[in-house]
Amino acid sequence: MMKVHESTKKEPLIHLTKRDAISWQKSILIRAAAIICALLFAAILITLLSKENPLNVYKSMFLGAFGSERRIWNLINDTCILLGISLAVTPAFRMKFWNCGAEGQTLIGALTAAACMYLFGDKLPLPAFFAVMTVACIVTSAIWALIPAIFKAFFNTNETLFTLMMNYIAIQLIMYFLKLWGKNGSGVLDRMPEYRFPIVGNQFLLAIITILVLTVLLYIYLRYSKQGYEISVVGESENTAKYIGINVKKVIIRTMIISGAICGLVGLLLVANGSCTVSTTLVGGQGFTAIMVSWLAKFNPLYMILSSLLIVFLGKGASQITTDFRVDSSIGDIITGIILLFIIGCEFFIHYKVHFRKKTKEEE
Amino acid sequence: MTTFITFLVSTVRLGMTLLFGATGEAITEKSGHLNLGIPGTMCVGAACGCVAESIYFTSVNGRMIPVLAVLIPIIATFIGGALMGLIYSFFTVTLRANQNVTGLVLTTFGIGISNYMIAQVKAEAYTFAAARKYFTAGLPFSKNLGWFGELFLSYGVMIYLAIAVAILTSIVLNKTRLGLHLRAVGENPATADAAGINVTAYRYGATCIGCGIAALGGITFVMDYLGGNWEYVIDSIGWLSVALVIFMAWRPSFGILCAIVFGAFYVASSYIPGINLQTKELFKMLPYLVTIVVLVVTSIRDRKEDQPPAGLGLNYYREER
Repeated sequence: MMKVHESTKKEPLIHLTKRDAISWQKSILIRAAAIICALLFAAILITLLSKENPLNVYKSMFLGAFGSERRIWNLINDTCILLGISLAVTPAFRMKFWNCGAEGQTLIGALTAAACMYLFGDKLPLPAFFAVMTVACIVTSAIWALIPAIFKAFFNTNETLFTLMMNYIAIQLIMYFLKLWGKNGSGVLDRMPEYRFPIVGNQFLLAIITILVLTVLLYIYLRYSKQGYEISVVGESENTAKYIGINVKKVIIRTMIISGAICGLVGLLLVANGSCTVSTTLVGGQGFTAIMVSWLAKFNPLYMILSSLLIVFLGKGASQITTDFRVDSSIGDIITGIILLFIIGCEFFIHYKVHFRKKTKEEE
Repeated sequence: MTTFITFLVSTVRLGMTLLFGATGEAITEKSGHLNLGIPGTMCVGAACGCVAESIYFTSVNGRMIPVLAVLIPIIATFIGGALMGLIYSFFTVTLRANQNVTGLVLTTFGIGISNYMIAQVKAEAYTFAAARKYFTAGLPFSKNLGWFGELFLSYGVMIYLAIAVAILTSIVLNKTRLGLHLRAVGENPATADAAGINVTAYRYGATCIGCGIAALGGITFVMDYLGGNWEYVIDSIGWLSVALVIFMAWRPSFGILCAIVFGAFYVASSYIPGINLQTKELFKMLPYLVTIVVLVVTSIRDRKEDQPPAGLGLNYYREER
């Protein structure tokens, strides 16, 4: 039944082998090359679409991110928030639990913070209120993450789709409470700056320090603790984990509680150290971006500082382009998309080696 | 009674929009690829369709031939969607990139591109409204048949096309050799490869065709459900379609019924009398809650027929076994 291909006599033109390991210099070189290629490609596209000199466009991008002290602080703060959400999804990803629900988990944390402010901000002394609010945010987000984890652990329910759906439920829940609490059904909750966290240094510093400490802690947890090791084993092979006596169900549930708790903390920072209110766009898709950040950094919390900085820089730069050159704001998304696609593509060359067919005289 | 009929009609219109997305995604998932780029694909497809319609409208000075006015956007949409599928499969099949990450990037990228394309023709946006009447024109005699005509014959061409595509897809998947091979590729690519099936070709083909079909959902949403207005909510329709795939257990013909149920949950909040604004928001959770319930129930029952393809989400590399 099977056809014998004529061409099988010849070696195929391109042949792939998997690399065992690659020196870190080489892997950085490949990634740098990918980013440069992406920038060149994007430059050509910008010139075609906007008729602007691409160098000017990149200059405006750079200035948009680093142009003034205020912008730099903004950049660092936004990087830390994205980094925080990326940290949250990382433990789950390391055990191949595809948590696409960071958006919802963070939103629930933010909603809890706003709810605390609205409901009993005036009933407690401020320090006690802050403590209650922090605990409440962490607990609610952890519970939100726990629900899909329990079903995954006991019934092997698909976690990607479960967590995706939880995002939309979280959004609708926020809409419900906004309509309930907003004045005259406006669906907007007024800012409550009197319950904001005290300002340390400047308005961003508290969040920045919290997230950086968290980054180091998570690195140590994943790298050097027994629980971190268990996560890696479950990720590599569930059967191996069962064989050496790891309780896989327990690991899945525990890890997702950690994921959710970190999301809750970020949600808390977003509200209590930032907006002082909640809206459905507060997280703004960063729950999904975090997946890319975490993946680009090979699930290593320290590398994530770099990858989140890159993505936030691209975002800031892109929005500057749109104001400077009065082009449609979607160009920013397009450039970010292209650069990310190039980085995703270059991973291939890090993992695989491409051999071309050598021209041999004997064939003829 | 009339409200009930309007409710049903609106249910079917939204449901069949979702059915396009779900059928397309089901084809892709049957080949073993979980394409989370579907929302982006639907946006790009819809934008291609709108731009093509706009170009056609201006080139004939508004004297559009009804058949062409419908056919041109459909073809453009399909091509636009298939191109997104091509990008996705280049990254996940050829370069073996992570499927979730690639899909999510394509969604961001797709929304960006579609917004850019629409911004370019915004000045001629009235053309969509002009084209709309060709998309929503029901059968001419449907008005004389009372509720029966309204309920079964009043829809635009895309609604019937969605049903036809779903049925056709089911037949191809379950009754033909092509479908058998495709399912084999999705269940166990290594075995399929050993049996002489070209895994790469099947995965490319299924993703491109699937994305093309899913994109039709985007243009249906703009031209039929939104009545020719471009709104930035197509991506949420995309996620609902991905959810619908699970709800219908990867069976497009069964999906026709599921899509109507889904559509009913989605539009229900506007038709239930006497509920206040905030409760309305709670009602909008229903499609997602129902998906979760279905997801949980199918995983607890653990029936072979209801499970996702065994190779879903895993890239295949021949030399890695």
